[in-house]
Amino acid sequence: MVHFSADGRPLPTPTPITAPYFDGLREHRLVLQRCPRHGYFFYPRGRCPHCLGADWEWGELSGRGTVYSFTVDRAGHDPALASRIPFAIALVDLDEGPRLVGNMVDCDVDDVTVGMAVEAAYEDVDDITLLGFRPAG
Amino acid sequence: MGKRAAAIVGLTEWAPKRVWDEPMFTMEACARLAAEVLADAEVDKGEVDGLVINGLRESPLFAPSALAEFLGIRSNFNEVVDLGGATPAGMVWRAAAAIEVGICETVLVFTPSVPAPPQPGANGGPMKMKMGAYMGGEVWGSPQGQFEIPAGLVAATPSFAMAAQRYMAAYGVSEETLAKVAVDSRYNAQANPLAVFYGKPITIDDVMSSRYVADPLKLLEIVMPCYGGSAVLVTSAERAARCPHRPVYVSGYGEHLTHKSITYAPDIVDTPIRLAADRAFAMAGVSRDAVDMASMYDCYTITVLLTIEDAGFCPKGQGGQFIDEHSLRYDGDWPLNTHGGQLGMGQAGLGGGMSHITEAVRQVQGRAGERQVPDCNIAYANGTGGMLAEQVALILEGA
Repeated sequence: MVHFSADGRPLPTPTPITAPYFDGLREHRLVLQRCPRHGYFFYPRGRCPHCLGADWEWGELSGRGTVYSFTVDRAGHDPALASRIPFAIALVDLDEGPRLVGNMVDCDVDDVTVGMAVEAAYEDVDDITLLGFRPAG
Repeated sequence: MGKRAAAIVGLTEWAPKRVWDEPMFTMEACARLAAEVLADAEVDKGEVDGLVINGLRESPLFAPSALAEFLGIRSNFNEVVDLGGATPAGMVWRAAAAIEVGICETVLVFTPSVPAPPQPGANGGPMKMKMGAYMGGEVWGSPQGQFEIPAGLVAATPSFAMAAQRYMAAYGVSEETLAKVAVDSRYNAQANPLAVFYGKPITIDDVMSSRYVADPLKLLEIVMPCYGGSAVLVTSAERAARCPHRPVYVSGYGEHLTHKSITYAPDIVDTPIRLAADRAFAMAGVSRDAVDMASMYDCYTITVLLTIEDAGFCPKGQGGQFIDEHSLRYDGDWPLNTHGGQLGMGQAGLGGGMSHITEAVRQVQGRAGERQVPDCNIAYANGTGGMLAEQVALILEGA
């Protein structure tokens, strides 16, 4: 579910199953579930998407990864984010395996490339912390 | 030889328009489309015993029964299909399969997309407008609402742009080559009076100088959202033989999906099109070389490149070369989207996806007019839904 920040930004509403992930972000740590057979997976859910096993455990990741692909939104596809354009949306393959999505920060949108090494960046917005990525330092 | 159990025998299609002057309820649109498609096929309403829809605004639950009641139809096959842009192609094979197993004989397939009359006292309000790009992903518990929407990964264009970006990095294709898809589509639209861009040809320079919307996709590589509507009639081979137009057999079909949001696509440049197309061609017993025209879902230029490759018309990574080496025009050596595609005709909601099927049917029936492909007997038509997610491929063959 989506709710909106004071300045109109769409924010995630954690659920009972995704709350530990968002709790981790609030502490500026990247925490995901790890299946003993299939490793880390994203997004959080009650069963491993590979084997439907429920014997996963939460674990902390390095936050390092590479850009699988990206785009630059120059049109404001979400009217609620129109004031933020241009911004880069990246799909990132974490070193530990899972792919997830976030905005690029601390980086000119024209400098983002496929294959670029990145690290997690944490952006506190009202009651939630969003995961983004910056060029690896 | 592929399946010969069911055939498309009639169609109707309204010209896509950016502004629709005559708002109507979805059920009213279906009634008008039904009257038109039954007249086209010269089939009596009393013969209809199947309905396939995407839903009804006026009856979110119990939709097929509401439509049967409204149209006065006693129906044996009642299906709601939810596959985004692949919905129309998914509807057609479900109708054909239902006819083949013998649960029904004559099925109306509807893709209306028109605005409703204004509701007294109602105001959609700013929140509804704001949420439109989320396509339902804002609901409680939705992964999309927790991960994609906050990152701005909404609507469809940014997702397809990421596929294009990845493709360029992996295989290398120039933006000019992608632009050629839009230009050839627009050329075809000049022979289609229903097209929203009829009378408005474009050049490669026009595409290249249009503004970036989501890198690397530019404005003229993106469909124009429109209102409109269409319907087709599918019936048994036996009944089809007594219809005025050449029956178009649904001789092979395939469907595949793996993900909703592009984030979770196993490989965003090796799409579900591959498995859907392989199954369709195998079922039809037809080779790629036998296809006389292709009607490929073209929400964006990149969709066409990926479809040409993944449907098996050229090896992976050579789609750009294929596009450069062939004319994709109705009078060219590899006729594609001869109606102008959605890029040239406009995307009338689900009618946009249906336009690839109606055009393939027109071509095989020999009633494509100025843009008729000579001796057209076998068409490949497909639908791409969501974020390169839902995929349906059809082989359509003339009797």
